[in-house]
Amino acid sequence: MTHAVAEPPATRPPGPDERLARQSPLRRLLGRPELGALLGAIALFAFFSLVADSFLQTDSFSTVLYASSTFGIMAVGVSLLMIGGEFDLSAGVMVTSAALIAALTAYQFTLNVWAGVVISLVLTLGLGMVNGLLYVRTRLPSFIITLATFFMLAGLNLGVTKALTGNVASDSVRDMDGFDSARTVFASDVDVLGVNVKVTVFWWLLFVAVATWILLRARVGNWIFAAGGAAGSARAVGVPVDRVKIGLFMGVAFCAWFSGMHLVFAFATVQSGEGVGNEFLYIICAVIGGCLLTGGYGSAIGAAIGAFIFGMTNKGIVYAEWNPDWFRFFLGAMLLIATVVNLIVRRRVERSS
Amino acid sequence: MTEKTSGAAAPLLRLTGVGKNYGNVIALRDVSLEASEGEVTCVLGDNGAGKSTLIKVVAGLHRHDTGTYEVQGEKVAFGSPRDALDRGIATVYQDLAVVPLMPVWRNFFLGSEKRKRFAVMDVEFMRETTHREMAAMGIDLRDVNQPIGTLSGGERQCVAIARAVYFGAKALVLDEPTAALGVKQAGVVLRYVVQARERGLAVIFITHNPHHAYPVGDRFLILNRGQSIGYHAKNDITRDELTALMAGGSELEELAHELDTTAAGTAAAKELRKETLNP
Ligand SMILES: Nc1ncnc2c1ncn2[C@@H]1O[C@H](COP(=O)(O)OP(=O)(O)OP(=O)(O)O)[C@@H](O)[C@H]1O
Ligand SMILES: [Mg+2]
Repeated sequence: MTHAVAEPPATRPPGPDERLARQSPLRRLLGRPELGALLGAIALFAFFSLVADSFLQTDSFSTVLYASSTFGIMAVGVSLLMIGGEFDLSAGVMVTSAALIAALTAYQFTLNVWAGVVISLVLTLGLGMVNGLLYVRTRLPSFIITLATFFMLAGLNLGVTKALTGNVASDSVRDMDGFDSARTVFASDVDVLGVNVKVTVFWWLLFVAVATWILLRARVGNWIFAAGGAAGSARAVGVPVDRVKIGLFMGVAFCAWFSGMHLVFAFATVQSGEGVGNEFLYIICAVIGGCLLTGGYGSAIGAAIGAFIFGMTNKGIVYAEWNPDWFRFFLGAMLLIATVVNLIVRRRVERSS
Repeated sequence: MTEKTSGAAAPLLRLTGVGKNYGNVIALRDVSLEASEGEVTCVLGDNGAGKSTLIKVVAGLHRHDTGTYEVQGEKVAFGSPRDALDRGIATVYQDLAVVPLMPVWRNFFLGSEKRKRFAVMDVEFMRETTHREMAAMGIDLRDVNQPIGTLSGGERQCVAIARAVYFGAKALVLDEPTAALGVKQAGVVLRYVVQARERGLAVIFITHNPHHAYPVGDRFLILNRGQSIGYHAKNDITRDELTALMAGGSELEELAHELDTTAAGTAAAKELRKETLNP
């Protein structure tokens, strides 16, 4: 090595690089995280169309969409959190907590239900923040921390509800001020060309769109991928990794709040034992949709397709007039197939690029 | 080469008697170092000598336990890498350079994303700039959208260096950028080290290879077991002396001596001597 400074090589004229085989649209599609889920969704759709006569009717389809949306809304927050490299096992019971907070405060203090909605928003975001702060302060795996908060919340839901109402369900808020307007926002039916579609379906699509925009176009999106992909590297170039992670836990909490409000205004009373086990369903939606368990990779659209697969399986089994006990078996099989497909596709893309 | 005369303005970075412990491990003890604009300061030392620890202090990732750290004559104690970045000190880490799963352009702008308004990123600008900056450094990228993990080790280091230079760093700290690289790729990285110096940056270059350090360096700090065992300007040390100073020097000689005692080892010992004397 001599001391002389070598001339930097002449810059290449702009234009496509000759070493880059032209990427066919197919190859581009193969590189997307959603692909496995999309293939699975198409296959399932074809399957249930064949075995269940009523599956293709518009009414049934709107029921499928409704089921998809209730899980899809949570899957939005959970998938962002997973891309950011963390889990939230408390997400399922947090929905119930959010619903109980709104219903119990509105009823106990005879407030307008909107006051309960706002109080619930603040407290539920607070719960998300507690999850995030505990993670950031202790550096324990989020799996353990949220497992602890999961049990604590599950206990609180039952304990507080029984103490206040002497019952395992909250008192009905149906006759309280503001119920009708709140129901319009969180739990109404919308008529689309003669078909009844639940309003949650539209909220779901909106949340997915916002999350996708954040991931692909916002600065925070860049930070989320980086925080999940290599937190140390991200911190070293000045990304506020801790704040991003706290924000993601609060994002899950926001989705839990919204889902909780849907419960309150769809049923007027809230069963305090509900929600246990749902957290795994949200994670399944995200994983089927292509989120890596190790973080740093995935998409909100994928999680939405995952939720749609979930909805189709859930209702398709009913329309096929099978014993609904099979649902869980199917869900597990879907998870296995989708993740294996994802794995194979990703390996193939990596090898050929 | 601009030689700093005493009494001139304070150097960009100055560490005096800096020490750092990890619990009961003393990783660094009483180390002093200066880095000025348009100069390359090399930090040499064997594995575990404390090189990475030293630059993590410089970069704000760790806080020093003893001694003082001055930037442009002002005492500092950085709380985070952001503080150091805001002072124009950019660092390319051995182990924390990039996020492998993310596209090249996202990595290039990570932490300093260009925005149009509100939080909206100017993706077009960032893609083009990444391509242009990398081309200007002689790395011609196939596709700025490819995950950076698919680039070669040298290319990855170069993205990290180009990024630091692009964002107007005044001081550039490189932790063993050539360690995992082949001869040609190491040459490419060394050329950027020189380029960065020509642009007037203060460069701190960490390596355990004196043959990489000597051609580009202006000052050499040699660390051994967390302590400084020599701090020399280029004109008072030769390449061979530098090589010998590194822990390797004497130990390789010993090894050659041992090998000499066995017949089969003689040839190997000759090779080894040749290696150490004229690389
Ligand atoms: N986070 C840590 N906790 C405890 N000890 C550490 C830590 N980081 C480094 N050390 C110890 O401090 C010493 C110096 O490590 P350092 O990483 O600075 O060496 P280095 O000169 O960069 O080595 P290499 O050439 O292998 O990169 C080593 O003995 C190492 O084991
Ligand atoms: Mg090191």
